[in-house]
Amino acid sequence: MSAPAKVPAAIVGPGNIGTDLLAKLARSARLEVTAMVGVVESDGLERARAMGVPASSDGVDWLLRQDPLPKIVFEATSAKAHAANAPRYSDAGIRAVDLTPAHLGPMVCPAVNMPEHLDAPNINMITCGGQATIPIVAAVSRVVPVSYAEIVASTASRSAGPGTRANIDEFTQTTARAVEEVGGAERGKAIIILNPVEPPMIMRDTVFCSLPEGTDTDAVAASIHDMIGRVQQYVPGYTMRAEPQFDPPSEKWGGRGRVAVFLEVKGNGDYLPEYAGNLDIMTAAAAQVGELLAAGTGDAAERSSTQEAEVPA
Amino acid sequence: MTRPEIRYDVRITDTTLRDGSHAQAHQFTEEQVRDTVRALDRAGVEVIEVTHGDGLGGSSFNYGFSHTNELELIAAAREEVKQARIAVLLVPGIGTVDDLRRARDAGADVVRVATHCTEADVSPQHFGVARDLGMETVGFLMMAHRTPPEDLAKQARIMVDAGCQCPYVTDSAGALLMHDARARFEALLAEVGDEAWVGYHGHQNLSLGVANSVIAAEVGVKEIDGSLCALGAGSGNSPTEVLAAVFDRMGIETGLDVTALLDAAEDVVRPYLHRWPKMDRNAITQGWAGVYSSFLLHAEHAGERYKVPVPDILRRCGELGLVGGQEDMIIDVALELAREREQG
Repeated sequence: MSAPAKVPAAIVGPGNIGTDLLAKLARSARLEVTAMVGVVESDGLERARAMGVPASSDGVDWLLRQDPLPKIVFEATSAKAHAANAPRYSDAGIRAVDLTPAHLGPMVCPAVNMPEHLDAPNINMITCGGQATIPIVAAVSRVVPVSYAEIVASTASRSAGPGTRANIDEFTQTTARAVEEVGGAERGKAIIILNPVEPPMIMRDTVFCSLPEGTDTDAVAASIHDMIGRVQQYVPGYTMRAEPQFDPPSEKWGGRGRVAVFLEVKGNGDYLPEYAGNLDIMTAAAAQVGELLAAGTGDAAERSSTQEAEVPA
Repeated sequence: MTRPEIRYDVRITDTTLRDGSHAQAHQFTEEQVRDTVRALDRAGVEVIEVTHGDGLGGSSFNYGFSHTNELELIAAAREEVKQARIAVLLVPGIGTVDDLRRARDAGADVVRVATHCTEADVSPQHFGVARDLGMETVGFLMMAHRTPPEDLAKQARIMVDAGCQCPYVTDSAGALLMHDARARFEALLAEVGDEAWVGYHGHQNLSLGVANSVIAAEVGVKEIDGSLCALGAGSGNSPTEVLAAVFDRMGIETGLDVTALLDAAEDVVRPYLHRWPKMDRNAITQGWAGVYSSFLLHAEHAGERYKVPVPDILRRCGELGLVGGQEDMIIDVALELAREREQG
């Protein structure tokens, strides 16, 4: 084989998310993870080494001494760590895909607004609930104006880590904002519920969008189905529990109607358990963003004709 | 952290204008709130809760939109009271600290931060802000039947360490039998000692709200919730006027004027009731199957829309272990039952 045509990438943050992301990127045709970075020795670094990926506990200092440098770094640490690391990445010409709540760059949902941000030096992955629900809001708002959209994310207690729990407002506020800015609703609201039932429940999300009077519900339903297919390209376990439910205009809703979409997000079980669809959709979306960035720039795009052959079985 | 001073043996918090919001489908008007607050204040109720049924920010597709913005209702309530304090409910994941700040500005004195009984670690952010705002704090451990007493006590500890002055055994499903309730009261009292008070919030789905309140007062629980005419989710809360009468007979001081409360229930609240909460088939099913009481109206609506029996929906909600806030799942369950019925 000739030298790999893949774009070098690094993962900073070797926890559950970083490890799951590594498993997904190992299947990539365009990206090759050349470094896994932590700040202390950990199981995550060991797992990376076992997969043949160079790993270090010497942090971003070590990463920036590598030659060649990665072109893309996936940050799966914390908002604080990413805020500190981001300028160093950009100084080194490395693009960042940020899975933390730092929100330094534009909020991106790959099925919705990736083309607008192909040149962004830093891309934020919003929230798990945002990745699951914003495609549906966008699917509705491209057909009719959505004056109000509301999402309810239910996740298994076990899949909600201490960071999420310590600042649950961050989830609702960020997701609500992204429902507006990325989903295209005039006003957005987000709700998150943690459910401790055993065995753990698979992630569930409900999307409610208000609809103007006279909405062509067939067109809205078709748009939603189309969008489900798009998301399934990178999140195979993303499904609707039932057909979209349309309610006619009502006085209690200010004369508007409503569509309700009930989603289930089953994880791929790469490293995280299947019920943790909330975490899986984040890593899957980040991996997809990485793919699209790699396709848009660098060597891989030029060699696209050879890429398919390099997909591991 | 100090416990707030409690003047009588037991302090009653009236939640007609919060839990009752569920039974009224969140359609309270400013006039109803003013009239009710005035009557409660006059009858000696020391804490009056006013919020959307699902807490601050609860006005939504999922739970139902408020007729009148809750901040306007809180401000109106504040204007009417001479001695009572105004409380608000905040469910992290639904409402945020920004909602809390706005409620404080509108005149709220007390916040009751509510989490599912095993998820108290989502509440420290909100207790922290509440204490910074100088508010009195209560912690609601909802669906308290779903976790054993010793685990519930550990969750109460998380809240108390975060600044909660009174963790509550919150029987959201009205499912706690008397010995279950007692075990939880005793576990929390042992855990928090003299660092905090312990409270009880009951529902009447199995007709035990008042009975459990009697046990609560006997074992040392200091804060107990009620609603006029039982107005609340499911078959309603322990009626405030009944609690006042029972405690009076027991010689437990509450500072409440029983006659004034009977008049308030009969003359102020009863005329505006959409429905008088009662132990009907659906509400009893909630207590029996351990289902969040606020699901009642939503399940009735879904049952009608999808032509499936409401008790079946509620029982399925119980089997799935749904928790408070998952009202969207009721539609999903109804759709599933309808599919099962079609497939015979």
